[in-house]
Amino acid sequence: MNEIRKEIMEEVYLTYLPADKFKTGELSIQMVTPLRKETAGLNAMLPAVLRRGTMRCPDMESLAAALDRLYGAQIDYTVRKKGENQCVGFVAGFIDDAYVPANEKLMEQVCRLMGELLLDPVTRNGRFLPAYVEGEKSNLIDAIRAIRNDKRDYADLRLLQEMCADEPYGVSRLGDEESAQHINNQKLYQHYQNLLTTSRVEVFYCGSCSWERVESAVLEALSALPRGVVEMPAVAQLSLPPEEPRLVTEEMDVTQGKLSMGFRCDNTDIPAMIMVNLLFGGSSNSKLFLNVREKLSLCYYASSSFHRVKGIMTVSSGIETKDYQKAYDEILKQLQAVQRGDWEEWEVPGALSTMINSLQSLSDTQGGLENFYLGQAATGQAEAPEDLAAQLRQVTEERIMASAGTVKLDTVYFLKGKEDVQ
Amino acid sequence: MKETKYTRIGEKTLWTKLANGLSVCIVPKPGFARKYAFFSTRYGGMDMRFQLNGEWLDTPAGIAHYLEHKMFDTEEGNALQDLTKNGAEPNAFTSNAITAYYFDSTEHFYDNLKILLSFVSVPYFTEESVAKEQGIIGQEIGMIEDNPEWQVYKRLIECLYKTSPARVSVAGSVESISHITAQTLYDCHKAFYTPSNMCLCVVGDVDAAQVLSITEEILPKEGGPVIPRDYGGEENLTPAVKESVCRMEVSMPSFLAGFKCRPGKGGEAQMRQNLIGDLACDVLMGESSPLYAKLYADGLINGSFGSCYEMLPGVAYAYAGGDSNDPKAVQQAIIKEAARLVKEGIDDAYYQRIVRANFGSTLKSLNSFENIAVSMVEGYFHGYDPYRFPEVFDSIGKEDLIDFLRENIVESHGAISIINPKEESNS
Repeated sequence: MNEIRKEIMEEVYLTYLPADKFKTGELSIQMVTPLRKETAGLNAMLPAVLRRGTMRCPDMESLAAALDRLYGAQIDYTVRKKGENQCVGFVAGFIDDAYVPANEKLMEQVCRLMGELLLDPVTRNGRFLPAYVEGEKSNLIDAIRAIRNDKRDYADLRLLQEMCADEPYGVSRLGDEESAQHINNQKLYQHYQNLLTTSRVEVFYCGSCSWERVESAVLEALSALPRGVVEMPAVAQLSLPPEEPRLVTEEMDVTQGKLSMGFRCDNTDIPAMIMVNLLFGGSSNSKLFLNVREKLSLCYYASSSFHRVKGIMTVSSGIETKDYQKAYDEILKQLQAVQRGDWEEWEVPGALSTMINSLQSLSDTQGGLENFYLGQAATGQAEAPEDLAAQLRQVTEERIMASAGTVKLDTVYFLKGKEDVQ
Repeated sequence: MKETKYTRIGEKTLWTKLANGLSVCIVPKPGFARKYAFFSTRYGGMDMRFQLNGEWLDTPAGIAHYLEHKMFDTEEGNALQDLTKNGAEPNAFTSNAITAYYFDSTEHFYDNLKILLSFVSVPYFTEESVAKEQGIIGQEIGMIEDNPEWQVYKRLIECLYKTSPARVSVAGSVESISHITAQTLYDCHKAFYTPSNMCLCVVGDVDAAQVLSITEEILPKEGGPVIPRDYGGEENLTPAVKESVCRMEVSMPSFLAGFKCRPGKGGEAQMRQNLIGDLACDVLMGESSPLYAKLYADGLINGSFGSCYEMLPGVAYAYAGGDSNDPKAVQQAIIKEAARLVKEGIDDAYYQRIVRANFGSTLKSLNSFENIAVSMVEGYFHGYDPYRFPEVFDSIGKEDLIDFLRENIVESHGAISIINPKEESNS
């Protein structure tokens, strides 16, 4: 890919990926700011309130009408966690000029609308509209509570909250309910002004328009963006596990228990750790999948993820409450197998192949590319998917074992059923 | 292969039918690294009663899904692992009407295609491996039953239908799957996994000749007989029950309101009916409708609200829902707004932009290889060409939507399913 990345205004970066194979163009404008317990809720609520209306399109109905006329262009607000940063803003998808019957140019119009959403919200007496703030406040609180509905997500979130209780990484991307309750119009508006001035802005475009068209559309849309002292994106710190792993157990009225385990990885060999995770539980050919799920039928699902900017690996599994100890032991046994280099001949090339496939496939979806490049930008990394693929091909079995050897259990979170329901 | 170009959407398809009756579709995608193969049989959760060798067979609920799980077993081991070793991402699903096996890969595509075609066409079950799967699928059923979104949907369908197999969960129940044996699985495979009941769709930058020669080499030379199926006869449009309410571990009430509609009859008319149903839902309660804005502003719905029109074998229904603190008020507002539109008509400019938006989002869905393959295969099984959507859009007018709303979105066709929070979490 011939990507271009350039600072087009003070601390405003445009990443440009030319591609004409898609039916659509994708444009994203994101504010990147360090993740903190005190501001997470404000940041999460802000794009939702902004998405309610602009001076030109002051309510959802007129915004939706404007988007319909742009051939069903979509502008979604997003709230994401990238390392120890929160990224909030808008992502737009709109059909490529080639398929617009009336020869209209959609990118410029979509970009202008995004700029208005960000910089020209509908206000009254120097505040947001109270109805929008109240509505989105209760939506945010509902969304925070709704995490409980999906027990798998809930268990994974609770694990990180417990494990990283004293670190920004333990803060959920939506913040917590208590802080959300304290948000009011005045605080939110103040925070908005502050965020516009101090956050790094990352703009991303993928589609068939030229660099010049995109750059000038973005410059125009953001011309009113105030710039002050910009706070740099946070760099996550690695921590060590406690002497003895912590165990947290909670009860809920559910049929299936959820066992989540968090590990700290005390090494900086990222490509090798990616391989460790793939072998351990990161694919459908991993040790967790083949042994814990398939061979022993201990879980319906069992998989691991590697949070590379934070040096954390987590395991997520769904088990019968009565099988807790068996599943726990078996998961650790599989990790030990990776540490010892106890694998069959096909496992390492298979894992590598899986990862290469997913890196090569990235360039086939605009959403995947946007998310990848935002993650890279927010965590200060520069390599393209193909660079990462090249590094992975260099990883030796010795490096995998050495990296796996530094992986230590930190926290266990178990969500168990109230009674052992069959 | 028969080549068709679709200039309005910048697409091309290649179709052929092999001597054994298998239909093969290739959708070329130059410039993409991914290659996607989707191998599907017209056999799903609803096909429980069918005729084989002149005799009617009743098979247990959940058997199509069970069979899907067991198909990955091969005499040498497991096809899932063979594909993953080659860097492919394989998976499968069973819906009401079809079962599909697919993978995507950037490398070793043709090797992976051989594995896919081979494991789906050669069954290998033992009593022991079938019995072992009961545990895994039992867990899956447990997990699905804990899911509020699934519960609210299943209960809506049970309200709407009296006898249709659409009522039955695709995965079945722990009880129903306990009756499945290796023999029943072999019977179902023999009936439905014949080339003439299947369709292969490949999306990506591939060599068509090589795809065909691999397919001819691996698959059986003979097709199979047409299998008559029984979906319990067409129901009238009155729901079995008007409402279902239950409690689960959720933070706020969620609901689905459904309306029974006349089933499709296949062919391009079915595709047209589908688009009319979707457009009517959008005009009535889509994100840019006056009703949506009002319900949102009144705090009766939030961003989780959505609506759609669904057509399954022998049944069709429109439904809408999400989280709400007053589901019945939303249901009533929908019925009232439909009546208003029928009476006052649809504003012309509004109608035009809804059609624009629908065209845009249908076009957008062509970025997804999965969507392309699923719609090609479904279109093939129902006798229409999904890439003709711009022409079919052109053939639809406001009056079609009004007719749809008048006939379907009325109190007498409606039912509602509600999930309330448990008392203790309702603080």
